[in-house]
Amino acid sequence: MDLKDKLISSFMAFENNVDVEHPVHEVRMAAIKNFEEKGFPSKKEEAWKYTSLNSIQKIDFSIFPKQENTIEYKDVKRYFLHEIDSYKIVFVDGIYSSYLSETTHDGVDICLMSSALTKPMYKPVIDVYFNKIASKDESLTSLNTAFSREGAYIYIPKNKMPKKPIEILHFSTGNEASLMLQPRNLVVVEENAEVQIIERHQSLTSNDILTNAVTEIYADKNAIIDFYKIQNDAANASLIDNTYIDQKDKSVVKVHTFSFGGKMTRNNLNFFQNGEYIDSTMKGITILGEKQHVDHHTLVHHIEPNCESHQDYKGIYGDSSTGVFNGKIIVDKIAQKTNAFQQNNNILISDKASINTKPQLEIFADDVKCSHGCTIGQLDEDALFYLQSRGIPQKEARALLMYAFANNVLTSVRIPELKTRINKLIAKKLGVNLGFDL
Amino acid sequence: MAYTEEELKKELETKEYEYGFYTDIESETFPNGLSEEIVIAISKKKEEPEWMTLWRLEAFKYWKEMVEPEWANVHYTKPDFQAISYYSAPKKADPNKTLDDVDPELLEMYKKLGISVDEQKKLQNVAVDIVMDSVSVATTFKKTLAEKGIIFCSISEAIKEHPELVKKYIGSVVPKRDNFYAALNSAVFSDGSFCYIPKGVRCPMELSTYFRINQAGTGQFERTLVIADEDSYVSYLEGCTAPSRDENQLHAAVVELIALDGAEIKYSTVQNWFPGGKDGKGGVYNFVTKRALCEKNAKVSWTQVETGSAVTWKYPSCILKGDNSIGEFYSIAVTNNYQQADTGTKMVHIGKNTKSTIISKGISAGKSQNSYRGLVQVNSRAEGARNFSQCDSLLMGNECGAHTFPYIEAKNKSAMIEHEATTSKIGEDQIFYCNQRGIDTEKAIALIVNGFSKEVLNKLPMEFAVEAQKLLEISLEGSVG
Repeated sequence: MDLKDKLISSFMAFENNVDVEHPVHEVRMAAIKNFEEKGFPSKKEEAWKYTSLNSIQKIDFSIFPKQENTIEYKDVKRYFLHEIDSYKIVFVDGIYSSYLSETTHDGVDICLMSSALTKPMYKPVIDVYFNKIASKDESLTSLNTAFSREGAYIYIPKNKMPKKPIEILHFSTGNEASLMLQPRNLVVVEENAEVQIIERHQSLTSNDILTNAVTEIYADKNAIIDFYKIQNDAANASLIDNTYIDQKDKSVVKVHTFSFGGKMTRNNLNFFQNGEYIDSTMKGITILGEKQHVDHHTLVHHIEPNCESHQDYKGIYGDSSTGVFNGKIIVDKIAQKTNAFQQNNNILISDKASINTKPQLEIFADDVKCSHGCTIGQLDEDALFYLQSRGIPQKEARALLMYAFANNVLTSVRIPELKTRINKLIAKKLGVNLGFDL
Repeated sequence: MAYTEEELKKELETKEYEYGFYTDIESETFPNGLSEEIVIAISKKKEEPEWMTLWRLEAFKYWKEMVEPEWANVHYTKPDFQAISYYSAPKKADPNKTLDDVDPELLEMYKKLGISVDEQKKLQNVAVDIVMDSVSVATTFKKTLAEKGIIFCSISEAIKEHPELVKKYIGSVVPKRDNFYAALNSAVFSDGSFCYIPKGVRCPMELSTYFRINQAGTGQFERTLVIADEDSYVSYLEGCTAPSRDENQLHAAVVELIALDGAEIKYSTVQNWFPGGKDGKGGVYNFVTKRALCEKNAKVSWTQVETGSAVTWKYPSCILKGDNSIGEFYSIAVTNNYQQADTGTKMVHIGKNTKSTIISKGISAGKSQNSYRGLVQVNSRAEGARNFSQCDSLLMGNECGAHTFPYIEAKNKSAMIEHEATTSKIGEDQIFYCNQRGIDTEKAIALIVNGFSKEVLNKLPMEFAVEAQKLLEISLEGSVG
């Protein structure tokens, strides 16, 4: 039985465990129908031209974990941003771990999707926001919607700001031979509210893991959201991350994606600017080695006038790794005075590495400033020589130059401890022992 | 001039397509429709050898299995391939007669277009191989060229007289089954130009072909084959104008360039097919496959100015096969009213130290859609490949669209690829600056557009640059309010 059939038949089993009277159930039914029709995307589709899901579909994934697994905090402490205090929503093999988590209902709701989908008090929010901005057409998003049960639920009411950042962590223990996870997150930030979120998927074994995540983010007027995605997973973990962001007037949303690991990572990051004077930023650092594959697909849809968007993606590709960047900017006819910028710089450091990039603009308004730049190149030999001539060993000198190349992305990270952590990850990935905090 | 912008706008909207007249020449036209019999009939009509007929039939076989491509960012009613006549030749055409024998009506028509053959012959130092409704009617300067060993004739003549060259190279760059329209062209191509420059020869003049679509309802399927032997040089011009018509006309040409070791080909196009009326009716469909093969140290440069066609689908490409070969692409695409253009280039780096440059300028006005679609591919053995691409779009009015779809694929770590694209409108401050210095808005816009496209215009040969500049002005005047 292939993965598609298995998922469809699992849906029936899934139905036995959820409340079929709840209005969300109809959403699930429509979603599984769409997935059944479309199936997994193939390379023939333009959006999946450079990323194949064939090998993944051959793995016999468990759709539901057979048992509840626990892990000790001391074993996973290093995956938390433990230097600072934070709210934590932790899942182990897709199941909420209250032992590792720290949630709150004190003025803001930082809790679970499962309770939001079942408890009546959350129904007004679910009715308004659940599955509204997420694509009803895209098959993998539909697949997630069909199985949506668990994930993080974050609701920040008007003029509120949680006291500390929120960490969302997904651990997989490897107790199953291969496991498919489908977390579903909902983030609603009302007027003048602010939130910082760090998300990480971490496999603790070398077993196959496939995560198909969907996150819906709603930023109301003047809301500020910082979302950091850390993707430094084990060698057999694959991630398909679909993020949909709806922004209203004067909101500012920044998404940073740090891709350093995993077998296959696909990021679908979609911004919809439903208001004026909006600022959307998406930045990413990708450093890959071995046979890793990362595919960044971004979409910014400028629907209303006077908005801005900034994209800055840097990639360093070694060994036999492959990278894809596909950035799409759509400017609607009425979205005059739009400023949309896109930058994608890549360095290939190995003969077998390859990069495919497609920065795409679709512009229907005339009074706009849109630009994209894309480069593929190497490290500057002269700069390397300069550093070496001053006594810095070649490896470190190369690492320094690569760090400098990617550094621009880090300037907008607003949690200093997170920045230090990312610096350490970069140093580790580049195989040097440097602090980079120069 | 004292009249206001409003008046100018009105005038230009009502302005008829300048070259929209129809010359009544008796044509010999095949019945509509496409079948194996028609393909054989075309081949017979052209007195082609058997291998050519078989070649056409094979292409036809492939074509039948293919489906029309739909990935381009254009929308149009699909042509009905059974409603097109695949062959039409002016009756009096006879390749052996001199210029004086040419139908005076024909000559009159060229005069109207400002490309009078004898004028060209005497004043311009340009050899003109005029293609009118698919058959070459006049070839000039053949003698001068023949002295140097250069062959410049129609492709049907070449098939008869130089079969060894045609057999070797036709379909070598654009295979029969390359794409839907290339296959169609391979099956039914009526005529076109053939050019061969021998080893070490520098072609002393610009070779030029003017294309015209004349007969109502006839598709034109041109086939051009240019071969530059080792260390030779040629500059080839192609220019087009077509009369106004209400029904859509299909134009599916194939151009193949072969630049052998150390050769250089410069291929310039000014394309001004009928773009359709301002209500979006009529106009030419232009689905062209153009490709060049560069051997060692060879250089091919495509320069094009596109102002016409209702729907354009065109990607002049370079396959940089030999080491140190160079590919260049300079393009201005102007769309107005309901025109749609999806054009760009492909640069495939295979050899070592290959270089390519892409400069694409898109100008959209009215309700038009203008897309740039390009591919830069660096293969794993292409050490030291270098590419620079720049695509700039200029938008006039808020009902048009500009799109870019650049594909960049690098498989070699030593590749250096840069791509940049910008989209903007004509700056109010720029216009203000001009106004301030006594230049009216309309002139200021012409000035700015000219500056915007200068990088490409500069690459055109003299004769063309002037014509192109004029075309740009005609296509864009009044589109800014």
